[in-house]
Amino acid sequence: MKNQQPTSLFQRDLVMEAIKQSFVKLDPRIMVRNPVMFTVEVGTAVMLVVSLWLLFSGDASQGSLGYNITIFLLLLLTLLFANFAEGIAEARGKAQADSLRRTREDTPAKLKLADGSVKLIRSNELRKGDLFYCEAGDLIPSDGEIIEGLASIDESAITGESAPVIREGGGDRSSVTGGTRVLSDHITVKVTGEPGSSFLDRMIALVEGASRQKTPNEIALTILLAGFTLIFIIVCVTLQPFAGYANATVSIAALISLFVCLIPTTIGGLLSAIGIAGMDRALRANVISKSGKAVETAGDIDVLLLDKTGTITIGNRKATAFFPAPGVDRSTFIRSCALSSIADETAEGKSILELAGPDVTKGLSLEGAALIPFTAQTRTSGVDLPNGQRIRKGAQDALRKLTLQAGFTAPAEVEAEVKRIAENGGTPLVVAENERITGCIELQDIIKPGIRERFERLRKMGVKTVMVTGDNPLTAKYIAEKAGVDDFIAEATPEDKMAYIKKEQQTGRLVAMMGDGTNDAPALAQADVGVAMNSGTQAAKEAGNMVDLDNDPTKLIEVVEIGKQLLMTRGTLTTFSIANDVAKYFAIVPALFMASIPALGALNIMGLHSPESAILSAVIFNALIIPALIPLALRGVAYKPIGASALLRRNLLIYGLGGLIVPFIGIKAIDLAVSLFI
Amino acid sequence: MMNTELFGILVMFFGTLLLAIPLGRNIARVYGGERSLLDPVMGPVERFFFRFSGIDAKREMNWKEHLKALLTINMIWFLWTMFVLMNQGWLPWNPDGNPSMSADLAFNTAISFVVNCNLQHYSGETGATYFSQVFGMMFLQFVSAATGMAAAAMVFNALRERTSEKLGNFYDYFLKSLTRVLLPLSVVVAVLLMFSGTPQTAAGKDSIVTLQGDSVEVSLGPVAGFVAIKHLGTNGGGFFGTNSAHPLENPSYFTNIVEMISQLIIPMAMVFALGYYLKRRKFAWMVFGVMTAGFLALAIPNIVMEVNGSPAINALGISQSSGAMEGKEMRLGAAASGFWSIVTTVISTGSVNSMHDSSMPLSGMNELLAMMTNAFYGGVGVGILNVFVFIILAVFISGLMVGRTPEFMGKKIEAREMKIALIVALLHPLMILAGTALAAYGITHDPSYAWLNNPGAHGFSEMLYEYTSAAANNGSGFEGLGDNTPWWNISTGIVLILSRFLPIIGPLAIAGLLAQKKYIPESAGTLKTDTGTFGVMVFGVIAIVAALSFFPALALGPIAEYFSF
Repeated sequence: MKNQQPTSLFQRDLVMEAIKQSFVKLDPRIMVRNPVMFTVEVGTAVMLVVSLWLLFSGDASQGSLGYNITIFLLLLLTLLFANFAEGIAEARGKAQADSLRRTREDTPAKLKLADGSVKLIRSNELRKGDLFYCEAGDLIPSDGEIIEGLASIDESAITGESAPVIREGGGDRSSVTGGTRVLSDHITVKVTGEPGSSFLDRMIALVEGASRQKTPNEIALTILLAGFTLIFIIVCVTLQPFAGYANATVSIAALISLFVCLIPTTIGGLLSAIGIAGMDRALRANVISKSGKAVETAGDIDVLLLDKTGTITIGNRKATAFFPAPGVDRSTFIRSCALSSIADETAEGKSILELAGPDVTKGLSLEGAALIPFTAQTRTSGVDLPNGQRIRKGAQDALRKLTLQAGFTAPAEVEAEVKRIAENGGTPLVVAENERITGCIELQDIIKPGIRERFERLRKMGVKTVMVTGDNPLTAKYIAEKAGVDDFIAEATPEDKMAYIKKEQQTGRLVAMMGDGTNDAPALAQADVGVAMNSGTQAAKEAGNMVDLDNDPTKLIEVVEIGKQLLMTRGTLTTFSIANDVAKYFAIVPALFMASIPALGALNIMGLHSPESAILSAVIFNALIIPALIPLALRGVAYKPIGASALLRRNLLIYGLGGLIVPFIGIKAIDLAVSLFI
Repeated sequence: MMNTELFGILVMFFGTLLLAIPLGRNIARVYGGERSLLDPVMGPVERFFFRFSGIDAKREMNWKEHLKALLTINMIWFLWTMFVLMNQGWLPWNPDGNPSMSADLAFNTAISFVVNCNLQHYSGETGATYFSQVFGMMFLQFVSAATGMAAAAMVFNALRERTSEKLGNFYDYFLKSLTRVLLPLSVVVAVLLMFSGTPQTAAGKDSIVTLQGDSVEVSLGPVAGFVAIKHLGTNGGGFFGTNSAHPLENPSYFTNIVEMISQLIIPMAMVFALGYYLKRRKFAWMVFGVMTAGFLALAIPNIVMEVNGSPAINALGISQSSGAMEGKEMRLGAAASGFWSIVTTVISTGSVNSMHDSSMPLSGMNELLAMMTNAFYGGVGVGILNVFVFIILAVFISGLMVGRTPEFMGKKIEAREMKIALIVALLHPLMILAGTALAAYGITHDPSYAWLNNPGAHGFSEMLYEYTSAAANNGSGFEGLGDNTPWWNISTGIVLILSRFLPIIGPLAIAGLLAQKKYIPESAGTLKTDTGTFGVMVFGVIAIVAALSFFPALALGPIAEYFSF
């Protein structure tokens, strides 16, 4: 999908769609959702009536017909610009989501019937619980979970990654996404959602106006803007009797122009575009958000739970050395290590076989052996051979318990070796044969380059990073220090993660985490922002409130920045919009009264040409600033991790002071142009 | 001469500041229930009151109970004062034989003293008796100030770093505000005034024979005590009609300094009390900085303009070496009067020592702006509440600007708080502009009302000033306005009630709601509210929201007058 991203903000077809929407959205029933722009629409309607009245009655008390019509058209333009902003944001989001959806609308699905036969249907006829069959070359018709088989799958349509991934039934990598292609082998998949309720469908619905709900912060900001609007209604309505007292005539056009210029139309017009663009930016980062609120919450995150593997360290640990216990033959020890790892599909297991070398592994067979899979509770795995040999490998404390329970003692040399490995940041894996410890294997982690700097950046944002790992505390501490995380949870079980999240939440902090396994689901649901990996199980994806299509654990950091950007864009544009009022007052107030109270001409500090040109310039500036700021609204204000105070100073300087100065220059420039025509 | 006058002003300002800091610390101790200076004297008095009234001062209230207590007790005071004023003619202690008040005047007066405004549409010498001065007006000057302080104390309590509904006891805060702050300070100030020649007597009018041989009746009364609390409680209602310009209310330059310090001290001290109470002294200095910046921005131009005098008189070639002295007292001078006119308007005292009607046009505008913003120090207790609302608005916008949903003191600001803050922020322009608009409409369409002494822009300023003064609960008058008519008595009375109680209810509700929320500890990403940058933001919000809404009105009033000179 990355390759399909539009490079320009304003693609031709999107612009056409947005222009169409600009007119559709003039419908007052839609407009009333945005109180600021709704009042502008009311003002526009009044100006239309006034213009028509002038046209038919020839009354001259309200200024010339041309002037009134111009004001009417400018106000209409203001509305259209605001609608266009929302329209283009929607169109971009929809285009993004559509390109994901398009691939699978008409995909044929091979429905598996109860008797085992296969029937060809269209993918949108699939229902939740149906089974379908896919083989090499097939497009997967729907999101689902593999219940049988293993396949390599090209997910580039969604993630942009060209390397195929392996998906297989019965583990944490059993989930497949509609629109991806099976490259080899064959799988049977169970449909996990009704048509129209997949994550993509939900995402599209969020971007489209119909089901988009305002987020809590958006509601609070709308109240603020509505409040400002009310204040300026009071200011403008009372101006009429004031003017009456001063024997000044204020035309309806001037009064409405003053009102429209004073109310925060800039932020009012761009507010919903900012919200949609926030979700769209998340989507562009290949994160599907289930609600707008989740993106907003991401900006508030205080604590980030990160899995060590893949996030902090590169891929997986690798076995680097064997240490047999005293009295244990080295080659026998290596052989039993290899035996216990043949069935182990994890990267660690494979690296043990690699280290053992082909000489050892060639002749090994598991014929008749019982495999003991790893569980989070026992934290060991291994194999029971037909000759009665029971080989186990796993964390030191787990095996220590095992051997003590069986009445043996743990050899001190192995304990010492384990300690040494752990202190050096390695992971010791202890091996036991028939409950007797025979030695240990050293696994080593490699910390990702640049990750330390990213954590530093997060710390400046005020986000605490917590490394979650199954390693023992010593190893965890070593890696935590080396990577620069603030805290770590060692030997983490899903319950530990849950407890940690709850503890942080109790002190009022917001917690984000990323997970993929089914056993992560409760913690994902508990976390304020839970990002599930797309490769993860369906349960994990249901529990989280975002899904990361790239399966990239560092994505959390980007998500936090997107959330912050969203809020900042709202804040800075509000400041800009309100600061603009100063200049607009100085343009319009003298224009209102100059004719009847010539002394007030002294307030015309910009030296505007005439009352009419002053009002027109202010209204034109007010209208033009909306499209001028659309790119900023869509891209978001750049987030700089420089600490809150420095950030406030910076934004206040750019958007506050800028908002004071820019309209003085803008209105004067427009007035110079307008005065050529009047 | 000029340097001496300026030196006097500096003494007043810094003297107040030096006294306000320790006073603030003491107030924080009193509200925090810690041991404080007056425990041995006042402790038994307070215990007696609580035992006598059956109030359990230890029982903590939530914000709604606070409001209920506050509003009920205010209602009772209002009814009591209405009764006293409408019957003062036959009630005791009326040596000068003054008549009872008409219903609409009694309504306006009772309301205006209950709400700490003291808009006076009567003159003390002829309109009130000693009984109503002491048991009506002066009583209310104490309790209305204590009401504001008690409300502020609840807000302090609500902003602590914890989650709770229990926010202390209203009656406890109220009584302690009286016994530990207002009463002791009033005694000190009253004694200083008495030694400087302010009368404190139960006797009626005295008559003297002047140098010209005329016989003059001089009104007297229990003035010193009245004037003390009039300033300490930022009430501003004078014992005599001409307020602190009256030689017996403000006899000398020294008493002028005492009265100046006593009206500024508690509003300033409350800011420091907030800092000591919450252990956020840097935040308190930020608030003080914003207030002082606003105050100086208004006061300095005023002093300069008043000292320079009127350009119209200069044009006539008449020397104005002592400044614009029309409507000013010789013993006080132009500079001190200009300074006073801003102090009395930024805080809600409204006592005057010169005619604001005669101020230079832009001085008049600054006096108006001081009341329109109403947050630079502000009245006793309520000043902090007003600035609290602006801080909430500023926190919301600047919180967004640093990329977090806004928090203040570890509590999230959400839709409900915004709604309340905006209603309060909206009320002020609504009251002022709508009131003035109705009056302007009335006088334009029926000149027979004839309540304006001046035509044109100045007349407009007079009406604008009256409503601004009422909405800010200030009580000063631009004068020149015939305001003892049913229209002005009733309309300003309504403005007074709404503008007093909604700006108390709103901040109390916001603080109460915030107190119930989960406390979020600070992090590097949290907006710091005790920095200069945030101070600039608060100042900007006050300037743009509060001041700019009045720009068109000011343009038609003082600004038009200024440019017409």
